[in-house]
Amino acid sequence: MTQMRTTGAPGRREVAAQASTSLEARRRALKARRLRRGWAALGLVVPAAFFYVLFVLRPLVLTVQYSFYDWNGVGASTFVGAENYTRLVEKPELLGSIVNALELIIYFSFVPVILGLLTAATIRKFAASRLALLSRTVLFLPQVIPLVAAGIMWTWMLATDGVVNELMRAVGLGSVTRAWLGDTSTALGAVGVIGAWVALGLCLLLLLSGMTKIDPALFEAARIDGAGAVREFFAITLPSVRQEIGVCVTVTVIAALAAFDIVYISTQGGPANSTLVPGLEIYYLGFFSREVGQASALAVVFMALVLAVVLPIQRLTKEED
Amino acid sequence: MSRTTGRSRKAAAATSLFVAGILALTACSAPGASTTDEPTADGDGAATAEGDWTCGTDDVTLEAYLETGFPLSTALFEEFEKQHPNVTFDVREDQFAVITQNAPRVLADNPPDLMRLPQMSDLVGDGLLYNLDEAAEHFGWTEWPASQLAQMRVDEDGRRGNGPLYAMGKNYSMTGVFYNTELAARIGMTEAPKTLAELDEWMQKAKDAGITPSNQFNGGATGGLAFPLQLLMASYGSVDPINDWTFQKPGSRIDTEDNIKAAEHLKKWIDAGYFADDINSLDYSQMMGQFIDGKSLFIFNGDWESGNLDTQMAGKAGFFLMPPLEEGGKVGAMSAPLTFGISSKAANPQCAAFFFDWIATNDDARALAVEVGGSHPMGPADAFMPEVDPESVTGQTLSAGATIAEDNGAMEFIANATGAIYAKSWTPNLQKLVAGDQTAEGLLQAVQADYESEIDG
Repeated sequence: MTQMRTTGAPGRREVAAQASTSLEARRRALKARRLRRGWAALGLVVPAAFFYVLFVLRPLVLTVQYSFYDWNGVGASTFVGAENYTRLVEKPELLGSIVNALELIIYFSFVPVILGLLTAATIRKFAASRLALLSRTVLFLPQVIPLVAAGIMWTWMLATDGVVNELMRAVGLGSVTRAWLGDTSTALGAVGVIGAWVALGLCLLLLLSGMTKIDPALFEAARIDGAGAVREFFAITLPSVRQEIGVCVTVTVIAALAAFDIVYISTQGGPANSTLVPGLEIYYLGFFSREVGQASALAVVFMALVLAVVLPIQRLTKEED
Repeated sequence: MSRTTGRSRKAAAATSLFVAGILALTACSAPGASTTDEPTADGDGAATAEGDWTCGTDDVTLEAYLETGFPLSTALFEEFEKQHPNVTFDVREDQFAVITQNAPRVLADNPPDLMRLPQMSDLVGDGLLYNLDEAAEHFGWTEWPASQLAQMRVDEDGRRGNGPLYAMGKNYSMTGVFYNTELAARIGMTEAPKTLAELDEWMQKAKDAGITPSNQFNGGATGGLAFPLQLLMASYGSVDPINDWTFQKPGSRIDTEDNIKAAEHLKKWIDAGYFADDINSLDYSQMMGQFIDGKSLFIFNGDWESGNLDTQMAGKAGFFLMPPLEEGGKVGAMSAPLTFGISSKAANPQCAAFFFDWIATNDDARALAVEVGGSHPMGPADAFMPEVDPESVTGQTLSAGATIAEDNGAMEFIANATGAIYAKSWTPNLQKLVAGDQTAEGLLQAVQADYESEIDG
């Protein structure tokens, strides 16, 4: 046995040599495969990266550059350093639109997430029925309607003789009726309602898909322990869809801060600037006042603000994972 | 550890390459420098002034960029193509607000032969418009009443009223008060009010009878109360200081004593409930739709709607000029040419200028300007005028135009004083006036402050 072992089995050095050759070959093969994969990946990434650089990063860098110039968009420009930024502080009305955007978060984000949670928790109970399918479709519909069309439609509905006021009159709330989009005290809220209506479908669908993944045994166990629907919601449903809530909040907060189309179509920032949002203010500064530098400075400050709001939400969701 | 460092070094290298790439792409020179390097209008149009100022006999395509929703241009193009078969118009249409925001870049990058212009002094400052002085000399436009062209002249300081001619009008418009004759008859108004006090009375009577006195648009970025406000300014004072202000004459102010009284009068109308409750959400087309549907007695608007109202409200609409404070007093109206310009880089500026002259001097074109456009054509004072039923709205606005000419009461629109004054100052302040968040005096002071900061840049 011992002999056999000595003769049959290769010496330790030989084994090492063989192993190193095969290891080397394997490593080389692996490297070649990696390289091939790398090229393939690069081939896939390059076209997208090219367009990303051209249409996202290039304008971004240009915006930062323009923000240091006094330029009307056509003629010669003058380097003014940080003057466009200091003017933002000196002219607080330029920042006034940011307050409106922050207020819109309540309508565009909080309302649809809360309503989405409640609706999804309700629909979940009869998820297999046709009624659930119908509710899902109806509530998701706003998501596939172009925002411009939604804006126009709601402008009609919120007019003094629109369906909203007609309904109010029909139920005896005639004294409350008004031009919702034409009243400085209600216009921002009315725009918010349009945003909430649009965002609800997305939140509902995301949250519902999160809820369907929850193990039914958990609910059964809770019920055996005597939990009611409310307890069940807070103890099981809500913690289980934390991640989906994070996605919903991030997407809708960005939508609120970046709101342009709905506001432009329904109020154009009026009446009396009560619905003016940063996107619209940047557009007015750039195209009507022709202060491209000032518009760029506001855009840069606004981008920083969006990151300042969205990044903590992202981190919060990560920690909860 | 070394692997991580290697990776991060790689990542750093990739990032710096990436950033360098982007910086290379953005070509970090000062913005706009390349545009100014290119030759633009040299102020005398000498480079393109040779030739015979016609469209010649070879095939020519005139690039036109127009405001959508006004059929006059199409009618004129068709007639011109019929008379000059070698000319074809290539037309692009947009809403006026879109044209306003696009104007500088379109004139620079995609130079049209004909373009509907927004406020034009900024465009002249950037050398974007073709100088029409030689055309004016050649065609004899200098013999026309000087007031027709004054608003399209811009001097070297960017002020309008004097200097070289940089645009032409398709016709010139005039504003006043349109009224629904059926609703007027219901409250006993059988003829136009002769004083402002009479107009106030009719407004009150309409309100008492449950009729909306006026559903003037004032929503979005278009404060339509600027129309009655400026007309009231003309009733309370002279039009000259208003014109000085819109032409950016140094030291001119909009918050004069007379204008404050006018703004207070407007505020009185608002407080008395003479305007529809929802005017701050009404846009122009909604106002027109509601007026045509008989939902309000008055609207303050211009004769560009005359032809439209003659068609859609035949026999049911009338027009009068904003009445003066005292009977027989002087009247005023906003009156401006429907301005069109030529890009300083246009391919066929002489043919385009010939087309401008044709609109003002050709009998068929003048007939179209009146019948389709509803406004007075440009041109010599004694030029051909088509027969118009004096009872029609078009007939009434044309004769009102004669009164304004007699009284020398034409004003440029206060909304056109600077590029952004309408959307960013008049509109929000007028909307605040309706909401009760602004006083009459505060409105004019706020606009004056914005005006000064815009002019000073």
